[in-house]
Amino acid sequence: MEYGLDKRSNALKTFNTTFIIIWLLIACFPFIWTFWGSFKVRADFFSRADWWYAISAFNTLLETGGQFTSKAYSEAWTEGEFWKASRNTIIVTVFVVSISLFLGTLGAYALSRSTERYAFWILIAALIFRAMPHITLVSGYLFPFFELQIWGILPTTIVVLVAINQPFTLWLLYSFFKTVPKELDESALIDGCSYFQAFRYIIMPVMWPGVITAGLFSLMLAYNDFTVTALLLNQENHTMVPKIQSYLGTNQHEGNLMWAVSAVVSATAPLFMLVMFFQRQVISGLTTGAVKG
Amino acid sequence: MRKILLTLLFVLFGTTAYADGHCSKPSGSINILANDFPALRTFVETAKGCKGSADFKVTHSSEHNKIAVPALTANPSEFSARIAANSSIVPLMNQDLIRPMDDLVKKYGKGIQDSQLITIDGKVMAVAFMANTQHLYYREDVLKELGIPVPKTYEEVVAASEKIRASGKMQHPYAAAYKAGWNLAEEFVNMFIGHGGEFFKAGTAEPNINNAKGVATLNMLKKLASLSNPDYLTHDSEAIKVEWESGKVALMTLWASRSGTLLDDEGDAKITAATKLTGPATVGGGSIPAATLWWDGFTLAKNRSDSDAEATFIALAHAASNKKMVADAADQAVWLVEGFVPGPKSIGVIEAVKMGAKPYPMLPQMGLMHGALGSEIVEFLQGKESAEQALKDVEAAYISKAKEQGFL
Amino acid sequence: MPNKTFFWFFLPTGLAMILFIGLPIISTGIQSFYAQHDQIVKEVKKCDPFGCTVSIVVDQEATSILRDEKPLGKFNGFGTYIDRNHLAIEQISDFWKETDSFGEFINQVTNLPFYKALLFTLTYCLFVTPNVLLLGFIIALSLNAISRKIRGPLIFGTILPMIVTPLVGSLVLFWMIDAEGIIGANLQLMMEDPYLSLKSSRTLTWITIIIYGIWHHSPFAFVVFYAALQTVPQEPVEAAIIDGASRYQRIRHIVLPHIYPVVTFVALISLMDNFRVFEPIIGFSAEGSAQSLSWLIYDNLVNEEVILFGSAAATSMMTIVGIAILLAPVLIRTWKEFRTAR
Repeated sequence: MEYGLDKRSNALKTFNTTFIIIWLLIACFPFIWTFWGSFKVRADFFSRADWWYAISAFNTLLETGGQFTSKAYSEAWTEGEFWKASRNTIIVTVFVVSISLFLGTLGAYALSRSTERYAFWILIAALIFRAMPHITLVSGYLFPFFELQIWGILPTTIVVLVAINQPFTLWLLYSFFKTVPKELDESALIDGCSYFQAFRYIIMPVMWPGVITAGLFSLMLAYNDFTVTALLLNQENHTMVPKIQSYLGTNQHEGNLMWAVSAVVSATAPLFMLVMFFQRQVISGLTTGAVKG
Repeated sequence: MRKILLTLLFVLFGTTAYADGHCSKPSGSINILANDFPALRTFVETAKGCKGSADFKVTHSSEHNKIAVPALTANPSEFSARIAANSSIVPLMNQDLIRPMDDLVKKYGKGIQDSQLITIDGKVMAVAFMANTQHLYYREDVLKELGIPVPKTYEEVVAASEKIRASGKMQHPYAAAYKAGWNLAEEFVNMFIGHGGEFFKAGTAEPNINNAKGVATLNMLKKLASLSNPDYLTHDSEAIKVEWESGKVALMTLWASRSGTLLDDEGDAKITAATKLTGPATVGGGSIPAATLWWDGFTLAKNRSDSDAEATFIALAHAASNKKMVADAADQAVWLVEGFVPGPKSIGVIEAVKMGAKPYPMLPQMGLMHGALGSEIVEFLQGKESAEQALKDVEAAYISKAKEQGFL
Repeated sequence: MPNKTFFWFFLPTGLAMILFIGLPIISTGIQSFYAQHDQIVKEVKKCDPFGCTVSIVVDQEATSILRDEKPLGKFNGFGTYIDRNHLAIEQISDFWKETDSFGEFINQVTNLPFYKALLFTLTYCLFVTPNVLLLGFIIALSLNAISRKIRGPLIFGTILPMIVTPLVGSLVLFWMIDAEGIIGANLQLMMEDPYLSLKSSRTLTWITIIIYGIWHHSPFAFVVFYAALQTVPQEPVEAAIIDGASRYQRIRHIVLPHIYPVVTFVALISLMDNFRVFEPIIGFSAEGSAQSLSWLIYDNLVNEEVILFGSAAATSMMTIVGIAILLAPVLIRTWKEFRTAR
């Protein structure tokens, strides 16, 4: 399925490989650097004297006696209570992704199959909704949430994240549903299926690439969000990102930067697993041969 | 195992504290909102040691400023206490969200010293427990080698820095947190107060910075900036601390609360040994140091039941008068609590108080001025506009904000 | 689809959006037309651990009467919108009269906070959006041509810039591009300029943020394009190969038309996200040289002790209008397609 490339052209193949390698270097380098540095002490990784310290581990040797130290990891997870934050993040992420996808696929399917004028205006409204800066939205929530005494708890944050993410999910899935030919579900309707059955049995199976992509973005939002989680959760329920922010310290007081670095590396590991798992799904959804133009 | 040990330690700690910190076992519900740094965590943990049968919750958050006003506006409010500083108590006062605690101080505040009480119009609105300021750090070895005496004024700081630069030892010998925004504005506030300036016309919210003192302040900031690393507009306290540790700076203005890591065993031992602290410098021939004093203290929410306020006060007062806490955590902060023995790390604050430094102005509209300063004086430092133009911009930005907030 | 079926399909998502986005937008819109009541101040004695002073506080008794009467505040109309910190109508007309040359006039205008921020925001959009689309598409095509066995890790590597928490992603980068950091120091070597610093000059800061923007957002375009490429039907492509169509022709006439809705989507979203650029400014501590509209909102809401909600509300509404204007061409196109589809 090499749309853009001919297998026969070797020159192009080489070019393609070089391009990918260069891109990957640019894309991954900061992360590899962070990963490497997370096993050093602060004086090495955040050094203004000489960046080479981060490689030669000058201070790490002095302070710990070894080239590498996993002190930041063990401290962040226990003393820094990162385990609690990870648990909260998992809860938030799982709920946000599943609810977002459930609401989003239903809505987007309806939009993509509606020929009424209002469907277009709904899409425009969703776009305008998305233009609203999150920080303003969340500031607006604070007063009513405190008044209703629903501030600080996980369900509130989950619902808010789902709602904030709906415009994006709708638009993404809408554009994907548009690439699925109408004839597919129309023939099912003629065969006597209800709209919901057509959606469930005909559209869902061919929609995996789109649904997984939408899921990936919902996941990213729930996983990486700072504005909503930092302002709407109490300490007991803080997720990873506000926790990491709290390691950075304040103007007047010292933080613990290495905790933050090791926390970021720890937070990225599960995403690696997820991406590996789902990218296979994207392809297998295809190879079942459901998509036939 | 670790957990058991911790609990055990905590029990021990709790009981000893009970013995010396006047804890009269409260009941009710306690919920505290605080910033997130170690000294405050210690303070809240100590308060927890005196929770009695009360339900005890705390939220340490870097976003505490943003959360505080909505949280305390609700009735009943989410938090029963908020740990604030002299700037962050202002919005609570403006919106009338905290309660006077004279009665509670009388009843339960035996160990609290009078000097800890923040009174406004005769009413106790907060109880302070730690202090902070920005002061001078210097490298003893470098100054000695070049025969420079320890600077007492910013003019001497400039002269000393120029001498160090001329000697070729360091290219950018001075450092201060000049990051555009809050930090830079704070430096302006310090320097302006050092010049004897008043931000507002007496008794009003009219700005009063576009004058000779304002110009002198800006010129001094620019002179100091020219002796700093060219990236100074992105440097916060963390960045200049690291620069100090790398040995590229010999004179620095930094928070007293950050002296801890500069004097610990981590990093280059030679630099650590030569790092010395002194009081804040004066400027322009004035006698008041160009620095502001800060306190952290607790306030009680107004929209909360009397019994909750009482329980919260008992627990927090227990910590705010706890001799054991200040002895154990003497390194974490300059405590205002009785029994605190100032160590070498608190020299800066002690000196500043001795020299008669002024506290950061606790004015209803000061936050707006601080915000306006933070972004409008940048272009002057970058050399894009004159000092007068920059000050005019600050006043204009401030006036728009103050009008919207109803101060003008 | 019948209206009734549509209603039930759309109800849950519609409800969530109206409740948590629609209503807040309306209330923000209303807020932006109000200012706070006049604060009545009085002089009192204030004592703290460092001594006593006499200064002003807000007189709660007098002010609360005003507040209780009109809880929303003082009606201000477009007052907040046109004040100096926003559209600054008055100041601009003054500049127009006072300045001699057009260049000086532009200089004066871009010295105002709103226009300064707008200038950066638009520049950022202009440079980042097309590059993100292009780079994302090329990466998607290239990766699609790579053996399936090793694609998994490659995809992960490609989307790393997007998934590493922006907060810390930029913190680490901030140190890397420092004059003493690994990238900054090597740049100095490469450029043979020992005083080169990406953070000290305005132009270099802007370039850094724009490059960061492209780096950070390209994976987004890549993911969507890659997923869309998986839905491209195979037969026409094979037929085209048999017909001897070149690679470019195949992409141009088969692949692109098929994924066209998705391209529109990516363009819309990236344009919108870029217009709301904010995180890199905080991450790179670049407030001194680069401010965006979203940064202004953040500044009003977070940076100051006093929360300027009216001001933030006004800037937010203008952001929405700005995005609507920016997206108008794409939207009109979508509308035409929508009509032909009917």
